[in-house]
Amino acid sequence: MKQQELIPHLFRTEFRKITSVLCKLLGLAQMEIAEDIAGETFLLALETWPYKGIPENPAAWLHAVAKNKAKNYIARSNVFNTKIAAELKHTTPCAQEIDIDLSEKNIKDSQLQMMFAICHPSISTEAQIGLSLRILCGFGIEEIANALLTNKETINKRLFRAKEKLRSENVKMELPGDTEIDKKLETVLLTLYLLFNEGYYSESSDNVLHEDLCMEAIWLTSLLAENEKTNQPQVYALLSLMCFHASRFAARRDKNGELILYQDQDETLWNEELIAKGMYFLNMASTGHVISKYHLEAAIAYWHTKKEDTREKWENILQLFNQLLRIEYSPIAALNRTYALAKANGVAEAIVEAEKLNLADNHFYFTLLGELYKDLDSNKAKQNFEKALILAKTPTDKQTIQKKIGALSAG
Amino acid sequence: MKDFLFVYRADYNAMQSGTAEQMQEMTKRWMDWLGSIAAQGKLIDRGNRLNNSGHVLKPNNVVTNGPYMEIKESIGGYSLIKAESYDEAVEIAKGCPGLTMGGSVEVREINRL
Amino acid sequence: MNEYMLIFRHEDGNRVASPQQIQAWMKQTMDWIGGIAAQNKFVQGNGLPFDDARVVQHDGVVTNGPFGEIKETIGGYIIVKADSADEAAEFAKGCPVLQGDGNTVEVRKIAKADGVH
Repeated sequence: MKQQELIPHLFRTEFRKITSVLCKLLGLAQMEIAEDIAGETFLLALETWPYKGIPENPAAWLHAVAKNKAKNYIARSNVFNTKIAAELKHTTPCAQEIDIDLSEKNIKDSQLQMMFAICHPSISTEAQIGLSLRILCGFGIEEIANALLTNKETINKRLFRAKEKLRSENVKMELPGDTEIDKKLETVLLTLYLLFNEGYYSESSDNVLHEDLCMEAIWLTSLLAENEKTNQPQVYALLSLMCFHASRFAARRDKNGELILYQDQDETLWNEELIAKGMYFLNMASTGHVISKYHLEAAIAYWHTKKEDTREKWENILQLFNQLLRIEYSPIAALNRTYALAKANGVAEAIVEAEKLNLADNHFYFTLLGELYKDLDSNKAKQNFEKALILAKTPTDKQTIQKKIGALSAG
Repeated sequence: MKDFLFVYRADYNAMQSGTAEQMQEMTKRWMDWLGSIAAQGKLIDRGNRLNNSGHVLKPNNVVTNGPYMEIKESIGGYSLIKAESYDEAVEIAKGCPGLTMGGSVEVREINRL
Repeated sequence: MNEYMLIFRHEDGNRVASPQQIQAWMKQTMDWIGGIAAQNKFVQGNGLPFDDARVVQHDGVVTNGPFGEIKETIGGYIIVKADSADEAAEFAKGCPVLQGDGNTVEVRKIAKADGVH
């Protein structure tokens, strides 16, 4: 790896490790100090490596520098005198002997605890996602702003307020106790799910960034799956869902970065390894009594890994959407259910059901109606596609609809 | 543990509407009874009372006003509880205040949809 | 918006159906409920197996079904959201239970927030 790629790469993998471990040591209230120390460590690498050459083990070099900086900070600061010293008095006589544990195990434990600390109900979901990207995924502020389609100032403010809140709520870095873990895990999973969706469905044009977001979400979820306190069925279900979706990365964009719809994708580009992983995790998720929405969405995603249009496939997808909607309504699930209904029970029934949906402000609704009418009444199909076109906001959506109208007049 | 539905029935037309105090007393007894089931960790959903008026649909889209005027008893409400067995569920049902007003409780195991 | 309970009443709970009939009926029921859920009008619901049911009478006597004074048996229920009893009745019309001769669906408004059963 060339130097100009190496440092960003290491930043992505090591910044978060250093930050989590230091937060664990210094306390969550010192999150900014931890970030600063990690940031200064990388600054030193940027300043010295071009002249002295890349160290033999760059990650170990970064860890060593971070340790020294942390020790210096502790020695200097009041934090040591007032807080840590009180706790460490019996075991540690001076700052130089404090063990900053950057072992694989402590890194993973710290990151897992950080995940629960950040996904705290006192801060908004948006802020949870932002902080997760910063602290757990090592994203820069600008990258976060790009990924979440906003600007740096907004993200800075959002993160600042969230950190303040975590401080005032006195949130600790620890795994929740057995009685609380289910409830807290629910929040963590929702954040990870949204983080993945942010990458998967985002409208911005930076595809590499999107895939990165998704892969980070997968990585964080697998941390939960590896720990025996958190490896619950719904964690595996979410992981399975993510793997199935991610398997289509290579097939869902064309050379110009434009989205290719599922039915037009070249399935030979689907990633077999991720599909196999998805199936493995779905299997692991099939224990216990609770069927979460992640289970149902993973099972739906599983059926989508079979490209062939069979009755069995659509009947299964229909029943899964029926179940999903009973647990949690969403307009997109309602529309997808209607599409599956057309495939399983016939277009006529689906049109009757579609008209009851009351989603007349949603362009996907009219796109769906257009699809349903396509082979029955091309005039009606066209009218619906045109309504969709008026409601569509993004260029990608408009383009997709325009193609559909084009295909109608061609046929 | 299994889940059970309690269906509360009574002849609501024959029931005297009590004084405000009696109604309050009855409410308290219902709340205390449901509270005791909840205290055992066995109340899933305290359920609801159903309004007296309603409709009945018959095949071929025939809609009549109901509920079931031809019979005396009608459903007044329901709750969802947990119990190890039908016998335990029946034991719990025996404490229902509606029974003292001439009503009955139907106990049915639930098949989750 | 109000909530209504749709109660499925079967004319005869002892009537035996073939596994194929049961399967077809299950699919119709799931599709029917899915259609209500797709309109964001589904609240909850359960099936009630006919076997082994009991009634606790007011005198403390416990009997097995059939229930009440009628031989009709409740086979399940769902709770839906609707603006009016008429809208709730429209949902009920799609209920597959009504395909059985003599079966009915009772539509009852749920009394809310009065703290009483």
